[in-house]
Amino acid sequence: MTVIVAIPVLVIIASLIQPFSSAWRHLADTVLIDYISNSLLLMVGVGFGTLILGVSAAWLTAMCDFPGRKILSWAFLLPMAMPAYIIAYTYTGILDFAGPVQSTLRATFGWGYGDYYFPQIRSIGGAICMLSLVLYPYVYMLVRIAFLEQSTAVLEASRNLGKKPWQTLFSVALPMSRPAIVAGVSLALMETLADYGTVAYFGVSAFTTGIFRTWYGLGELTTAAQLCAFLLLFVFALIMAERWSRQRLRFHHNSANKKLVRMQLNGWHAYIAWLIGCLIVGLGFVIPATQLLIWASSRWQENLNGAFLSLLLNSFSLAAIAAICCVVVATFLAYTKRVFNSRLELGAVGVASLGYAVPGTVIAVGVLIPVAWLDNKIDFLSRTWFDIPTGLLLSGTIGILVFAYVVRFLSVSLNTVESGLSAIKPSIDESARSLGSGPGQVLKRVHLPILRSSLLTAALLVFVDVLKELPTTLILRPFNFNTLAVRTYELASDERLVDAALPALAIIVIGLLPVLLITKSILNERASHE
Amino acid sequence: MPQRPAPLNTALGTVFALLTFFIAPTFSYGDELNIYSARQESLIKPLLDRFTVLTGTKINLVTGKGDALLTRLRSEGLNSPADVLLTVDAGRLYRAQQAGVLQPISSQGLNEAIPQHLRSPENRWYGLSIRARVIIYASERIDPSELSTYEALSAPAWKGKICIRSSNNIYNQSLVAGIIASQGMEKTEAWLNGFVENFARPPAGGDRDQIKAVAAGQCDVAIVNSYYLGGMINSDDKRQQEAASKVHLFWPNQNDRGAHINISGAGITQSAKNVGSAKRLLAFLANDESQQWYGETNNEFPVRPEVDVSKTLSAWGPFKADQLNVGELGRYNADAIMAMDRAGWK
Repeated sequence: MTVIVAIPVLVIIASLIQPFSSAWRHLADTVLIDYISNSLLLMVGVGFGTLILGVSAAWLTAMCDFPGRKILSWAFLLPMAMPAYIIAYTYTGILDFAGPVQSTLRATFGWGYGDYYFPQIRSIGGAICMLSLVLYPYVYMLVRIAFLEQSTAVLEASRNLGKKPWQTLFSVALPMSRPAIVAGVSLALMETLADYGTVAYFGVSAFTTGIFRTWYGLGELTTAAQLCAFLLLFVFALIMAERWSRQRLRFHHNSANKKLVRMQLNGWHAYIAWLIGCLIVGLGFVIPATQLLIWASSRWQENLNGAFLSLLLNSFSLAAIAAICCVVVATFLAYTKRVFNSRLELGAVGVASLGYAVPGTVIAVGVLIPVAWLDNKIDFLSRTWFDIPTGLLLSGTIGILVFAYVVRFLSVSLNTVESGLSAIKPSIDESARSLGSGPGQVLKRVHLPILRSSLLTAALLVFVDVLKELPTTLILRPFNFNTLAVRTYELASDERLVDAALPALAIIVIGLLPVLLITKSILNERASHE
Repeated sequence: MPQRPAPLNTALGTVFALLTFFIAPTFSYGDELNIYSARQESLIKPLLDRFTVLTGTKINLVTGKGDALLTRLRSEGLNSPADVLLTVDAGRLYRAQQAGVLQPISSQGLNEAIPQHLRSPENRWYGLSIRARVIIYASERIDPSELSTYEALSAPAWKGKICIRSSNNIYNQSLVAGIIASQGMEKTEAWLNGFVENFARPPAGGDRDQIKAVAAGQCDVAIVNSYYLGGMINSDDKRQQEAASKVHLFWPNQNDRGAHINISGAGITQSAKNVGSAKRLLAFLANDESQQWYGETNNEFPVRPEVDVSKTLSAWGPFKADQLNVGELGRYNADAIMAMDRAGWK
């Protein structure tokens, strides 16, 4: 199983065996430095951005109490439903030189071009802001769970020892949540590295734009795959470095059976909490969603038809199937890792989970090549042995698409399941086993109830990701099969943002359903402890 | 007989349901045509539907980016279900021909209807609509007598006045490839260095954004595909209309080789199971009705000069187009990119 999931990534890495073409010389002489430095800058920026936004949101809603905390705690998840390329389109529409904000400024003050300073939204800074605004929920979600599941005793001890709340945050809560923080930030960073839509639209020459330029422009698929392979090696090295640095640390907690005492925020403290919340949610969701709503409302009669309903259905069912498959595979892998803990297994899981850092189109190629090869092989054998042509069995079906999603989003589900699993002490297994439970029963009666929120979270993350996913869907989908993301992209790439707004809004609305569902279940779970 | 526990039944049922859902190869019954299209659905589906009505041939469509579809076609090999590959630029068709996935088409009708420079010399693909890349200028600030050719835009007088999108865009790559084909590499590089120097801002956004920037005064001229201007003129969006009204279209290089053009076009795949219908489709896409449709819905020019064009297009007047075979744009595409990289065109 692990090996199958790792194949597409291995196909990409295997491109390194092929000879390096003269295109490398050209890249090294001209644009490679740009690609690398811009991508590193993006990573640093989005890393800090998501860390600050995500941890503050998690701290406010998990550790503090103030009027309306529950509302904020789900509102913080809203930006997750917003695809990065869509938020980029909308903010460009709003903030660009020809957009309403600058036009109003010019009309009000009688300025012309060059008379005033206005930050350029289409820049690397703009890309960092856009990506941070929609990717921080990964950090928020995982860190919030970690905060909630943290032993209250430790936090109370810290407070009783006279530490101030923020000292508790930095010296106790954050270090204890390190696996969750790392999982969240690394998801955000991998998505940043794989992002093509935003950077391409903003004209930032990042590593992904370079990969596509090399492939589409120079016609060098092999060189493009090699670039991608180097990107993967880099990500792999980062992951390994992080693993190594916390090798000796273990992050098991006692099950928190004591009621968590939240810090009560009153008066202006509560206002500040709200201010922070409104700022984050407003920028990451309310403003762009309102703009989309304005656009969509002007054209909804023409665009809302039967074809649109089938887009809804396709997107929803595809995302649901992929989410289930991903969680099943991730749970299986996480357990194999926990039980066997062999080097080979660890390596294969590591390789497989790299898929998230790979641009979707490249993953698609990594899936396409071996699957089509297999299909053709089966057809050949079936022709020679039974004289029956089978054609392509898997290529061009929903099956290959779901497989590609599993490869691409395994890391999302795996990280979440693993960080949930890491909170279960091995001693719990041991006691359950010593009380006569078989491994299956341990899973069913002990782990599953504890893991429930992690599994749900993993499913939600994949669901929303697949809903937003574009490049893999675009290249691998069957005939006559479209999704909301495909439609949004086609219209937006034709620069018809107003028409693109309706399917974009639909992605966001469908993405919100599981967000609401899951937050409810997470909130309830905590309530049942209390 | 012991009953199977209910959960197992449900599980098995689900597995079978999923299997049929997952492994459902596209067997073709009756007359069907499978198309891989780099042209997006809304800009081709109405024509294909019309073809189905006329011929009874059912059409199955996958849209995507040209190179991605080409990669899919290549890896699927001779078992690929695709009969026809549709692209929105000649370079991809050239590349598909190089990759050996297109078969020669013997069609007297197509050869007579479509001018020689708009189809493959080996009859592997045919242009179906023309997309012209033109200069747009701010009518308030620029007098058209100041404009002449693409090449002239590298003069220092244009410093800080030109808007154009990123060199990642295929139409810019083709434009430069066309200049390389006519002027040679050395002259092109010299031109690029001056031209890039004149950019008003780092390249970003699409062609409509460049037109908006000219209208808003951020730059004086832009190079864009003409159908984007047509789209803005005919837009329901007041602001787009307003922006479009502030600019004019200029046909470059009318006194030498003509304006740079590209095509959308199609070829029949090596794996095609239904060559007859595929040929009928190509002929249909080249007939008067379809050719006019390109103009009316997407403001593109017909490949057949005798076909009438829409009001928007005729308002721009007749123009001289570059007679270079559009396949050459594909040949020089990689050279164009490398030259743009060296000149620092982001």
